[in-house]
Amino acid sequence: METLISVEHLYRYYGATCAVRDVNFELRKGQVLGFLGPNGAGKSTTMQILSGNLAPSAGRVMINGIDLLDQPKRAKAELGYLPEQPPLYRELTVDEYLWFCARLNRIPRQRRTAAVATAKQRCGLSEVGARLIGNLSKGYQQRVGIAQAIIHTPKVVILDEPTVGLDPIQIREIRNLIRELGQEHGIILSTHILPEVQAICTDVQIIHQGTLVFADSIAGLDARMHGTHLLVGLRQPPALSELQALPGVDSVETLDDGRLRVGYSIDHNPAEALAAHAAMHGWGLYELSPERMSLEQIFVELTCKEPGAATHEAAA
Amino acid sequence: MIFTIAARELKSLFLSPLAWAILAVVQLILAYIFLVSVDQFLEVQPRLVGMADAPGVTDIIAAPLFGTAAVVLLLVAPLLTMRLVSEEHRNRTLSLLLSAPVSMTEIILGKYLGILLFLLVMLGMLALMPLSLLVGGSLDFGKLGAGLLGLGLLLAAFAAAGLFMSTLTTQPTVAAISTFGLLLLLWIIDWTSGARAEVSGILSYMSLTRHYEPMLKGMINSVDIAYYLLFIITFLVLSVRRLDAERLQH
Repeated sequence: METLISVEHLYRYYGATCAVRDVNFELRKGQVLGFLGPNGAGKSTTMQILSGNLAPSAGRVMINGIDLLDQPKRAKAELGYLPEQPPLYRELTVDEYLWFCARLNRIPRQRRTAAVATAKQRCGLSEVGARLIGNLSKGYQQRVGIAQAIIHTPKVVILDEPTVGLDPIQIREIRNLIRELGQEHGIILSTHILPEVQAICTDVQIIHQGTLVFADSIAGLDARMHGTHLLVGLRQPPALSELQALPGVDSVETLDDGRLRVGYSIDHNPAEALAAHAAMHGWGLYELSPERMSLEQIFVELTCKEPGAATHEAAA
Repeated sequence: MIFTIAARELKSLFLSPLAWAILAVVQLILAYIFLVSVDQFLEVQPRLVGMADAPGVTDIIAAPLFGTAAVVLLLVAPLLTMRLVSEEHRNRTLSLLLSAPVSMTEIILGKYLGILLFLLVMLGMLALMPLSLLVGGSLDFGKLGAGLLGLGLLLAAFAAAGLFMSTLTTQPTVAAISTFGLLLLLWIIDWTSGARAEVSGILSYMSLTRHYEPMLKGMINSVDIAYYLLFIITFLVLSVRRLDAERLQH
């Protein structure tokens, strides 16, 4: 698969504060990369650097194999960017604005009409083409912002919190659009809505205090979320020691609602044995489920660690 | 690409009531001054007939008109240039230009060209006034052309300074007042008396007025043209550098 973005040793200082510290990652075609982090973690800074709005203090950004700092014009032709606040000229109509964006992105004259029409159709803007952007609702403005980012069918689309301020129906539509775009483009999107990442992304990265603390695919994340505990509901529970004696069981505790929480070693899942014993001894098994860590738990675990590692170095 | 940005700039200008209001007010004031000059000319005309080397209609009407127009436009130009870059900052629309495949130079030149075209419209409307005298007489086209060239260069200089000031701040009003301050200072900088000869020489070289007045009299000096071109290029280069430095902000 072709690598669309590669970021190497990216640093960004604001004065003495280090906003982004040694960030490395790659984005390949067909990936939708979710960028997570608490407020002020460096998400937007990283995205601004990737889109050429901000110069990194050190490091290298390659967009589709072209160095963003050496050949900004060629590299920028391959990317579409939607900042946190969509960059809209409120006094223009949607058509005029998209037409301007098409020209700005050097779409040849004969393909411009088609490009504008496609972008409008994909973002559900066909009805509002003649309306002033300033008079549109927030959701529609957001869509115009997305249309602007994809009008020149760039290889890479960078979306900074694309679903903020939208109603639930619009959020679903935008998510579908992003999923659809993800098939032909590489997409990076930042958000702090965790279920959104699980719903649309193929990969996740968590950034905390400027450093990447977690990077994995959604499949890898799923595996990680499987804990080492089973939740067991029994109508006639035996003595805890009896359960403890089952092969693989490390610990048993009773939860407040009467269910049992069974801990086991990672490579020895006692679920089958437990079910067999329950049936044999008539324990009255009514629930047997793996306890899952939510993405939220992982997020909190990673981002609420001691901030001891954060040292303030002066810009090189 | 420059033209795309310029066209957008011009369109947005004409979509805002400010541009129309400015065009109307300037036209009204200059028309009044024009009429006053015409009146004066009619008064002195009988006496001019007898004189050997009498000033013509162009000297008496067009030159004062252009002289006053320069002062009026000194007040007005900062209002037009103030929002060029600062408003893009404020509305966060600058990232659209920065993430598009265009260079900083193209962005600045596009914006400059946009405002220049608007000022040309203004200049054209102003030129129509003396040209209307052709209905009843003849004009000295050389002097008229020199005056228009001078005013055009002056406006282009105003716009360049205004554009630079607009890149410095996110507040359009701050950009306007600083532009106005800078231009006014350069306008009156040669009003020194008693300064040493070399100092007043430098000051008068820096003055915007000193390079404008000869052109009103029909004299086109390459020094004056060079002054304006240098002025414009300096501020455009500064604007590009300033916009580029934005990416490196700390």
